[in-house]
Amino acid sequence: MKNFIIALLLTVTASLVLQLFLPWYIVAVVAFAVAYFVKQNSFSAFASGFVAVFLLWVLYAYMLSSANENLLATKVATLLPLKGNVTLLLLITGIIGGLVSGFSALTGSLAGKIKA
Amino acid sequence: MKYFKLLLSLVITLALIYLLNSKMGVAPAFGKFLNPFAGFWQNAENANGWKDGEEKLDGLNEAVKVYFDERLVPHVFARNDEDLYFMQGYITAKYRLWQMEIQTANAAGRISEVVGEKALDVDRMQRRIGMGFGAEAAQEYIAKDPESKKLIDAYCKGVNAYINNLSPKNYPIEYKLLNYKPEEWTPIKVALLLKNMSNMLSVYEYDIENSNFVAKYGNEEFRKLYPDFIKDEDPIVPVGTKWESRPLTNGNGPTNNTTSSIVNRQSSMVNTIIQKPDEIMGSNNWAVSGSKTKSGKPILCNDPHLRLSLPSIWYEMHLVSPSMNVYGATLPGSPAVIIGFNDSISWGVTNGGRDVRDWYKIKFKDDSRDEYEYNGQWVKSEKRIEKYLVHGKGEVDDTVIYTKFGPVVFDKNFGTADSKKNLAMRWTAHLPSNEFKTFYQLNSGKNYEDYINALKNYTCPAQNFVFASRSGDIAIKEQGLFPIRDKATEQGKFLSDGATSKDEWNKFIPSEDNPTCKNPVRGFVSSANQHPTDSTYPYYYPGVGVYENYRNRRINKLLSEGKDIDADFMKKMQSDNFNVHASEAAPVLLSLLDRNNLTKEELKTVEAILKWNYYNNPKEVAPVYFEIWWNELRKLLWDEMLDKSVPMKQPNFYVTVQFLKTDSTSVFYDNLSTKEKETRHDIVLQSFHRILDTLAAKQFTEVSEPYGDDETSKQNDMNPHDWGTYKATKIGHLAMLDPFSSTHVYSGGNLGVINATNSSNGPSWRMIVDEGTMKAFVVYPGGQSGNPGSKFYDNGVKPWSKGEYFEANFISNGEELGAKKLFKSIYKPK
Repeated sequence: MKNFIIALLLTVTASLVLQLFLPWYIVAVVAFAVAYFVKQNSFSAFASGFVAVFLLWVLYAYMLSSANENLLATKVATLLPLKGNVTLLLLITGIIGGLVSGFSALTGSLAGKIKA
Repeated sequence: MKYFKLLLSLVITLALIYLLNSKMGVAPAFGKFLNPFAGFWQNAENANGWKDGEEKLDGLNEAVKVYFDERLVPHVFARNDEDLYFMQGYITAKYRLWQMEIQTANAAGRISEVVGEKALDVDRMQRRIGMGFGAEAAQEYIAKDPESKKLIDAYCKGVNAYINNLSPKNYPIEYKLLNYKPEEWTPIKVALLLKNMSNMLSVYEYDIENSNFVAKYGNEEFRKLYPDFIKDEDPIVPVGTKWESRPLTNGNGPTNNTTSSIVNRQSSMVNTIIQKPDEIMGSNNWAVSGSKTKSGKPILCNDPHLRLSLPSIWYEMHLVSPSMNVYGATLPGSPAVIIGFNDSISWGVTNGGRDVRDWYKIKFKDDSRDEYEYNGQWVKSEKRIEKYLVHGKGEVDDTVIYTKFGPVVFDKNFGTADSKKNLAMRWTAHLPSNEFKTFYQLNSGKNYEDYINALKNYTCPAQNFVFASRSGDIAIKEQGLFPIRDKATEQGKFLSDGATSKDEWNKFIPSEDNPTCKNPVRGFVSSANQHPTDSTYPYYYPGVGVYENYRNRRINKLLSEGKDIDADFMKKMQSDNFNVHASEAAPVLLSLLDRNNLTKEELKTVEAILKWNYYNNPKEVAPVYFEIWWNELRKLLWDEMLDKSVPMKQPNFYVTVQFLKTDSTSVFYDNLSTKEKETRHDIVLQSFHRILDTLAAKQFTEVSEPYGDDETSKQNDMNPHDWGTYKATKIGHLAMLDPFSSTHVYSGGNLGVINATNSSNGPSWRMIVDEGTMKAFVVYPGGQSGNPGSKFYDNGVKPWSKGEYFEANFISNGEELGAKKLFKSIYKPK
């Protein structure tokens, strides 16, 4: 559990900082590295990677969109098409980030185990 | 096993990243698009986050202050014109970058670079009609005028200063959706934007359609259905004005063809044309002299009608420098104010619409198309290779042949025409010109002389420039470059022979001979896309299908009757919904309608039309009935012209009404698709039967705002078949994305009505300038920001649809805005 929280916090922090100037898929590198060094079982590694980026993306998107009074998110959620459902759009955003990060963390964790 | 798991997990991870980072079909690259650090969430701008700021920019000479008012209209205060235009470029790019780029990409035939092969034919058409060729000619010409060049360069530098400071996360959302990025802004793009306007506005010619009609139905029917002038003409320059007759000819020598040249052109049945708008949309402008106004000074009004779009075609701006203090509508991507006013004068435009595009049949020597026949000799052609960098496909090349008569648009490589027919198109938009100079001079103009002088340079698209000055003058002038045409042969009305110089453009009408009217006795000037002159004008121009004749009569009636006119009078007038065409057509249709066998419901419909006062007000039901009836009747009457393999132009509304009224028999009354021989009574009845069927079949969507904000009245009162609901104006996003569009906008108006709003077109900018009170009122169906996530994206739509206005903050110092100031930005040189 401790390692789960450490991995989660490390992934969130590093992803946040690096995404300010690097492309979105840097989260995969972060998740890989964290899982490689912070020992967890495969499932926990995936989960910490997934939850970290899921939370980061959803919360940041939510913050931006709230200040925008959901004006743009409603339109994009109509375009995609999600019938204007902003909550669903936020969830999809989080899942997409989470999946990439989760699978990358899983890969990192497996690679770490092989080395060990 | 360990390695297998690792490999599998790695492959899944990499595949996910790859897929989420690529655009698939119309879907965006989801990872790129949805991540909140650089994706679309970044475009969700803070709805209330306005604060003053300061920035250093490379390229400025001195500091520039920009104040944004409560509608996000920038008021730019610069210390010299170079900085002024630099800032115009910078600020416009900040709010409208994607629009600027997509409109120029469209003009340049480069849409396929963004969306792929599906746009290739559209792109090829743009290049084959010589858009790039014309823009290059204009750019070269402009470069010879140091002042114009300097200011246009400054504008481009401003745009680029913005683009260069822009990080991908701040790209407008459309770039993110379509997965591409902005490129450098250059003077050729400024030229392309004007060509884009020409391609919207100076396309009214029916050479091929007319030739086809004559070949099929003969000269006599042609004269009747396509007259150059009509009986109720009320031209821009009032009837009876004396012209200084100058015997200028087209310079092609005496024609050896004294009879109508149509005879020679009878064999030319051609099945390829460029699609044109079905009916003229056009625009209104007028100016009233002090003798008719409350303030004793002129009032000027303008509402140019265009295809309505979001972001709007106009960007409202106020530009101040030591040489000017000008306010109005700017064209994103091009420097200066296009329609507006300054502290001394005001001006506005409507489309001149005069035929400035002629088609020539080219005869090549052989398949190489290296030479073509001209006055009995073989002349060398020029080849221009157009390269298309098609997205997802790579480079595609297309060779376009250029002749003395312009580019060969349709040939064996393009169009559905008989490949042996090579059709070249000569167009004034191909000529070198500097329209920027006109607007620059108008922006800083002080009086009538400055206005006339500014117009001299203006070539295409021809416009009716209305003018008023604080000193009391009003005027109107149709300005454009027009070839001198031979009247005897009706040069330019039909497909011309490119094998001789007979129909070549050789000389042009001098600007001072263009129709002009200054301070007329009647106390007002006006234009609404009607004939510029009566038939006594010394120069010939084809009048077929080009001119409108309803709005002008209504405008002139209201202005003649008007006394003590003020801005409120003008506001009502710009939203006037009286339908002159319906008032003339409905009685004729009703008189031809056999009412003996109508159902009860149908009789009620007749009753509604009989009671109608001919106003296309949104709550009325009768205009819906009339509209369907009229459209269905035209389909039955002119079914001969629906055959796409022989394109012909439907006679205009006015001619159609006269024809129904006076011609009791005609070949056209017969419906080609039935065995019976129909009469006019038959088709009037058949089209009438279709009214209720059409309504029953139509899916109505609730309009955005039927009756104000009052929900109860909406519930009780809403008639799903009323005019506002039926018409349901759509202001479409430029990439046709519905969630970024304003759909089902509820308002009145129609084609041929002063408030010329139909389902897709309408007044794109309404402006009233009172030179006495020094107040101006403006509104447009859009908003200052091009970002669909901004509350200033479409905030003008609702007031516009209701005929409401905003008073322009025509200040001389930014601090005068007071509480109306949203924020200020100060830009300093680096």
